[in-house]
Amino acid sequence: MAKLYNNSLRFLYSFTKIHFMKKILFPVLSLSTAIFLLGISGCKPKNAGDATGADAAARVYVSPGKYDELYNFVSGGFSGQVSVYGIPSGRLLRVIPVFSVDPEKGWGYSEETKPMLNTSHGEVPWDDQHHLDLSQTNGEIDGRWLFANANNTPRVARIDLKTFRTAEIIEIPNSAGNHSSPFITENTEYVVAGTRFSIPMDNENGDVPIDSYKKNFKGTISFISVAPTNGEMKLAFQLLLPGMDFDLSHSGKGPSSGWFFFSCYNSEQAHSLLEVNASKRDKDFILAVNWKKAEEYIKQGKGKKQVVKYAHNRLDETTHSATSVIETETTVIDVKDFPDIVYMIPCPKSPHGCDVDPTGEYIVGSGKLAALIPVFAFSKIQQAITNKTFDGDYEGIPVIKYEAALYGEVKKPGLGPLHTEFDGKGNAYTTFFISSEIVKWSIKDLKVLDRQPTYYSPGHLCIPGGDSKKPYGKYLIAYNKITKDRYLPTGPELAQAAQLFDISGDKMKLLSDYPSIGEPHYAQAAPAELISKNSLKIFKLEDNKNPYVTMGEKQSKVVRDGNKIHVYMTAIRSHFSPDNIEGVRLGDEVYFHLTNLEQDWDVPHGFAVKGNNNAELLVMPGETQTLKWVPERTGNFPIYCTDFCSALHQEMQGYVRVSAKGSTVPISFSLGKNSDTLDSAIKK
Amino acid sequence: MHMKYLAGSFSIVAIALIISCNQGSGMKDENASASATAPAGGQENVKDSDSQKDVVKVAMSSKDHTTLVAALKQAGLVTSLSNAGPFTVFAPTNDAFNKLPAGTVDGLMKDDKKDDLQNILQYHVFMSALKPESFADGQTLGMVNGDNVMVSVKDGKIMLNSSATIITSVPASNGIIYVIDGVLLPPAKK
Repeated sequence: MAKLYNNSLRFLYSFTKIHFMKKILFPVLSLSTAIFLLGISGCKPKNAGDATGADAAARVYVSPGKYDELYNFVSGGFSGQVSVYGIPSGRLLRVIPVFSVDPEKGWGYSEETKPMLNTSHGEVPWDDQHHLDLSQTNGEIDGRWLFANANNTPRVARIDLKTFRTAEIIEIPNSAGNHSSPFITENTEYVVAGTRFSIPMDNENGDVPIDSYKKNFKGTISFISVAPTNGEMKLAFQLLLPGMDFDLSHSGKGPSSGWFFFSCYNSEQAHSLLEVNASKRDKDFILAVNWKKAEEYIKQGKGKKQVVKYAHNRLDETTHSATSVIETETTVIDVKDFPDIVYMIPCPKSPHGCDVDPTGEYIVGSGKLAALIPVFAFSKIQQAITNKTFDGDYEGIPVIKYEAALYGEVKKPGLGPLHTEFDGKGNAYTTFFISSEIVKWSIKDLKVLDRQPTYYSPGHLCIPGGDSKKPYGKYLIAYNKITKDRYLPTGPELAQAAQLFDISGDKMKLLSDYPSIGEPHYAQAAPAELISKNSLKIFKLEDNKNPYVTMGEKQSKVVRDGNKIHVYMTAIRSHFSPDNIEGVRLGDEVYFHLTNLEQDWDVPHGFAVKGNNNAELLVMPGETQTLKWVPERTGNFPIYCTDFCSALHQEMQGYVRVSAKGSTVPISFSLGKNSDTLDSAIKK
Repeated sequence: MHMKYLAGSFSIVAIALIISCNQGSGMKDENASASATAPAGGQENVKDSDSQKDVVKVAMSSKDHTTLVAALKQAGLVTSLSNAGPFTVFAPTNDAFNKLPAGTVDGLMKDDKKDDLQNILQYHVFMSALKPESFADGQTLGMVNGDNVMVSVKDGKIMLNSSATIITSVPASNGIIYVIDGVLLPPAKK
């Protein structure tokens, strides 16, 4: 092991040396060229790190009123949310709350959305959102849904692209660190979820010594089915696997349709100091999973039912309300008992990215610590399986001989390969964390064609449609992990940097860089038209089935039910009805059920109460949302609209009077009724 | 060293810079990508067949209000009235305009009378969406042009300035329209 370490150090050293030489030599050799180039691109800012072409500004400039060419959905990492950008401008269009509460939109604070964040552990108000996958039909992006994973408390979310809202969240039992997720099959039949952390299974006694890892800790890969009509998710089955770390995955397509590929590391089965102990073996694995076969076994009833506990949360489109149901059953297949479901392919040095090219024939594994990129061929994998060209097994799973599965290796591509995407023209693009660059290489002959630095140290990259059968190509966005001096400093914490490249030519051209939200990992992008044409403008009031809807001002009222007070309230430019409420007493729980009566695009109304230990509501036209308030003192409490809705927005306000416990002030409510003196004054 | 070398060839480089900058300043939006575009102009041009109609669109869809709509266009008030509001718009019918002395409307539609036209039309708009039950006898409404309209309510009939009667009301997304049978004329400027 020490020897291997030395080898890689030596490699790193020689690599740095080459770079150093280049840096010294370049200015001397190419001074004349530099002067010539200055003539062409003389208007560039004098920034040594500026490698953009002269037309970069025009390429990313989307003039006022024009729309971006693409939607770009970017995972939020530790923000737990998903952000939406326009490409090529890099303009932030929206942040969609998914796994984290968002007081701005009342997400996780309104009574209607609270159930969305429920889990078998109770409400979890945050998560770590790593990867996204757009739904596909026939291996092509169809613009219906966006899937998102939660890495910490394992969950998968489905975002409806009509509303850009999280419509469903399903928790994954028998799992921890849902990292290799939410990648989908070619027709969105399934979303997968593989464990990063192996753990004792949920139906077993988990209170075991950590060092009994090899014996008690298992990994699972879950297949969540997606209903083709409405997208509803269901935990279909789980594959039980030896304990290790499952990292990333991508679906087969075309010839490899019906298969799924997962990278895994820590085949050493270490449970401490993994940075050393999980890097011992020369090779870990790419797992090839024949999910069609597994599906068959499930249909034949060969799966084992297990009692588990996981939450399944749905946001109903007509009630605008979420429900959370705790499910209690899963079906598990132990792959040891079914040797034709899963095969292991040795892959050098802790593979991370596991990416399938648009033809479906080539599977690229990126070993984080490897000095090469292995490319496996699906046809060779099939041949090896048929001929049983195995190299023993790993805990009962056949291991295909490396050479038998290998199409070839990209030699010395860079340092620290992480992820690969494709342009649909036979080229692959891989990010290199350590050498901080993107490398373009040819799938056919595995030759490096171009390399461009990124600032600094990219993780994932995104080519629009780059993991589908039909990449849109044209652009590449690198999501960098280190920002340092790229923007004006903002103290110790800096926004992470995205960098947009033009990949339409032979050489990649850096166009722009811009800050992002949270920590982007994987991202997806699709032509705007695919999504914009379905975008909803308003919720139809007549379809509102919220049990607390108020269909018009005349129906607004305040009802006491024990110590619960239900305020059936409406909002329309520029008032609430009612806006004066009395009769609330200490000890009461007040529920403001606010219906936005507007039927006009982009006219939300907000709602807030002074001193409420809660967030605000932001209610879309035609929607009803509920804010709970438990007053803790007597007095008069202002309420007001928080979203500048109209010219008289600042007039959109009122009061709630809170009296002492046992007070005899009756429930009363009104709108527009002022004192008699004021009313007569107004008339005059 | 690099910098010094460059400084030596400064004049040549400077010329190159000037040339290239001139070329650069004519930068076009050659981004083929940004194909779809929001329509130019104000909110009246937003393509939206899902939302409820605003006061302008309601007026435009009425065959009894062609004069009013033409006047709103001539006065350049369409954009403002397509805004969030909320507005109460008193909308005289074509017949109401016809009751004005002959030539009045034609006169007001002339470009040099734009200020007068705006003044009259803004005298028909009140900020805030007044519901029918909000009108009270003796009420004063401060209109957008800065002058007041007097409300009288008699036998369920709502009259404005004793010269126009509310015929009916039509709700709109950004307010409410009251169809009236007379044109309200603002007091002469002092």
